[in-house]
Amino acid sequence: MLSKCVVDCPELCLAYLTSFPSPSVWQDQAEQLFKSGHTNNWAVLVCTSRFWFNYRHVANTLSVYRSVKRLGIPDSHIVLMLADDMACNPRNPKPATVFSHKNMELNVYGDDVEVDYRSYEVTVENFLRVLTGRVPPSAPRSKRLLSDDRSNVLIYMTGHGGNGFLKFQDSEEITNVELADAFEQMWQKRRYHEMLFIIDTCQGASMYERFYSPNVMALASSQVGEDSLSHQPDLAIGVHLMDRYTFYVLEFLEEIHPASQANMNDLFQVCPKSLCVSTPGHRTDLFQRNPQNVLITDFFGSVRKVELTTETVSLKPDLSSMGYSHLKCHEDEELAEPLSYAAQLPVAQIIHQKPKPKEWHPPGGFILGLWALILMVFFKTYGIKHMKYVF
Amino acid sequence: MGLLLDSHRRRALARLLLRLNTPLCVVSYLAGVFWFLGLAFSPLTQNTYISENAMGSTMVEEQFEGGEHALNFARDFTAQRRKTGSLPVAWLERTMRSVGLEVYSQSFSRTLPFPDETHERYMVSGTNVYGILRAPRAASTESLVLVVPSSPETLNAQAVGLLLSLAAYFRSQIYWAKDIIFLVTEHDLLGTEAWLEAYHDVNITGMQSSALQGRAGAIQAAVALELNSDVVTSLDVAVEGLNGQLPNLDLLNLFHAFCQKEALLCTLQGKLQHSDWASLGGSLHGLQTLMLMVLRQASGRPHGPHGLFLRYHVEAITLRGINSFRQYKYDMTAVGKTLEGMFRKLNNLLERLHQSYFFYLLPSLSRFVSIGLYMPAIGFLLFIPGLKALELWVKLNKADFGPEEQLGPNHSLVQPFGQDARGVALTPLVAPVLISQATGLALYLLPVMGQHVAAQHFPVAEAEAVVLTLLAIYVAGLALPHSTHRVVSSTPRGPDSGWMALKLVALLYLAIQLGCISLFNFSLGFLLAVTMVPAAALTQPSGPRFLYAVLLVLVSPGATLLGSLFLWRELQEAPLTLAEGWQLFLSALAQGVLDHHLYGALLFPLLSLGLYPCWLLFWNVLFWK
Repeated sequence: MLSKCVVDCPELCLAYLTSFPSPSVWQDQAEQLFKSGHTNNWAVLVCTSRFWFNYRHVANTLSVYRSVKRLGIPDSHIVLMLADDMACNPRNPKPATVFSHKNMELNVYGDDVEVDYRSYEVTVENFLRVLTGRVPPSAPRSKRLLSDDRSNVLIYMTGHGGNGFLKFQDSEEITNVELADAFEQMWQKRRYHEMLFIIDTCQGASMYERFYSPNVMALASSQVGEDSLSHQPDLAIGVHLMDRYTFYVLEFLEEIHPASQANMNDLFQVCPKSLCVSTPGHRTDLFQRNPQNVLITDFFGSVRKVELTTETVSLKPDLSSMGYSHLKCHEDEELAEPLSYAAQLPVAQIIHQKPKPKEWHPPGGFILGLWALILMVFFKTYGIKHMKYVF
Repeated sequence: MGLLLDSHRRRALARLLLRLNTPLCVVSYLAGVFWFLGLAFSPLTQNTYISENAMGSTMVEEQFEGGEHALNFARDFTAQRRKTGSLPVAWLERTMRSVGLEVYSQSFSRTLPFPDETHERYMVSGTNVYGILRAPRAASTESLVLVVPSSPETLNAQAVGLLLSLAAYFRSQIYWAKDIIFLVTEHDLLGTEAWLEAYHDVNITGMQSSALQGRAGAIQAAVALELNSDVVTSLDVAVEGLNGQLPNLDLLNLFHAFCQKEALLCTLQGKLQHSDWASLGGSLHGLQTLMLMVLRQASGRPHGPHGLFLRYHVEAITLRGINSFRQYKYDMTAVGKTLEGMFRKLNNLLERLHQSYFFYLLPSLSRFVSIGLYMPAIGFLLFIPGLKALELWVKLNKADFGPEEQLGPNHSLVQPFGQDARGVALTPLVAPVLISQATGLALYLLPVMGQHVAAQHFPVAEAEAVVLTLLAIYVAGLALPHSTHRVVSSTPRGPDSGWMALKLVALLYLAIQLGCISLFNFSLGFLLAVTMVPAAALTQPSGPRFLYAVLLVLVSPGATLLGSLFLWRELQEAPLTLAEGWQLFLSALAQGVLDHHLYGALLFPLLSLGLYPCWLLFWNVLFWK
């Protein structure tokens, strides 16, 4: 709380504390302001399928894109990777549209969609380059994920997947191990503050099994061994329009507005088994904060926290001459030496809190057999009388 | 020493083989026959399902309402046809253009090798008319074809009307990703063959056709339609094509899916679908349908225009509308909706149909037997000539070892490689083989070549002359053993080894032929194997010669053809009398020769150049002196 505030932005905090007469009120408001710890939002939305019969994956991605834009993340902060062969597909009876709802209520394609990676550019290599930031110098700004250590990143992936892999455009796959390593690279390069990973594929939970970087929360539409099902076919267009999980997530998101206080626990409740047929799963053990305190808009929106005041704030440049005996800053000593980024957060305590008890197995039969064989051969060859030299 | 090099062990093996040979052959034959009969029963059949992902599980709402429009077109077509006496080309072109298609026509002509009695034609010339609906937003790289064959006997006027009405409806839609070709052919199969050859720029059957002016890309799938009544009670689907080739099972599954969706009555081989498959009655019904399919596939005829498309790797089926005395009738709109749905699904294809099976047998529309499950039947049957050949080989070598065995058990025998000089003598066999092959060649060439000579000397028409020459040469082959014995020299060793060597060669020849045939046309291979293999295995000059002769004649290729005709009509519940059967047999012979010359069907050459000489070899073995 206040200590955290002091650790993160000591100067501002102190300015607050010393300028205003009632510390407690302002302390609370300061807490509010810096509760989440991020200053900007990014979204990477990936649809890994192409071809007309995978219409629903494009509709999924575009629906999330729309929600994310509506809640405040601008196009410059969204990296959208789509095969983009639905709207202008010769088979589309409604050209230049992609519908996400039966009876064509909602055209998610619209006229302001900015697709950053289109068609055959959606590859595993490009996706990993976007995440890790290793794009060639010629890549335009719109194709880069320019996040920093104060960015909350939303990653949404949809397509065809299996146990431990996700298929990219019918020609390659990305495994859960690769994805986990990419996230670790992002963590070490300070490319995110917190990350929300949502995946809507068959056996989606297998994709987040291997994550080991901190501050990552993951949601999936189905467990290992289950298929994610599509929602509704449209009889005029002739394809399924959306997947069930994303459909209900979208319904949920439609009720979120930029100032909404809905938290992650509500998102976990979306699409129970009765509606989704598959069992959605989530993973929060790598995440530091309690999901209850994490707002939906922390990831889906780009909320600028602004406080309006009519009071003038005078910021004293010299910190050392301030008297702050009325509060206790426990972390005085620690402020003296600069902390490395990774050491700021006690990762070891988060991840290795409960060491898994390693079960003792008796030595394998093979080893036992091998030793028995060696001993037998030795004694057969040389006779039992040599035993006394062994012991 | 190895198992086969050691003479003692070899002799032991040989004794074992000789002792077990007959029971093993009998068991193998029974296994093959029962496996085949068991193909219609549950463990060997599977339910059909659509394998192609792009065709998917989603149906669209069909909105075709042009049934009346189709009937108007049909009436106009009939009137115009009567007026012009042949296909009303100008009217068709005008109508197709008014509907909005790009119209082209193609003329073709062909002089048949001899007059065709069933269709009453000899010098055929006609015109095909086709219109191309270009896909509005796609490059014209792929296309689908809807073909209606029209001939003087079967006008298919309602099919032409439906084709035009569908063309008008399809033209107003914007979701086509492939071009659609609406083709009306004259003289049914001849016109279709001419069009296909010109489209693919080949000339394999000697048809003279003008070049096509308009093309639409690679053909992905084709549907042939035959409708001769205003209303239909059921739709019959035909899948067997030229030389027993079958379309991809997915196309049939697609049709079946739409039958179920539109609640149409669909039949296979003219037989309704049994409701309960688990019961014995259902399985027997399936066996009947399966036998009909086997007989049709074995004949190798293209049972509809689709059969000719298959050769060009275009998946195609033929839909026939049947109007029987049932109460419930379906109008043109229902049939049109089915076609609309099928074409819309085929439109979604990204590649040619390849996910499902190309080799299968159908006990019903909803069940199939895949190649992996029916091949063992012929495997069991072809095992028998192999076993018999091995037995003969052992006997022939034993005949050589016989006198030497008395020299004593310690006498070392020469290694196998030097045995050829003392084993099977092949030179005396050359003569019978060559003579049989020559007779086969005569059977293949002479009837058509000599028809004019025959027609001059005998009071018969050309078509009859061909058939009678065929029969004459066939029967003349029966007299061969008497005439060729002078050519065949007697063998230096044992009196038996001559015919045994010939039988060995004949058995191997039969096994290879049947094996190769069953690879591309399982039905033909199986049918011939089931009849010829036991007779071939049993044939020998000693014993009840007359009985063996009768048996051998009964299983000769010609008699098999006659028998299968009777069986086919029996299964269709329209049995034949002997006289009718004979007439049908004669016309089937003529049709077989014509099919070979007109479309490249392989039944006639296979039987005359391959199986008949083989059968003659067995006949020679039987009458060995």
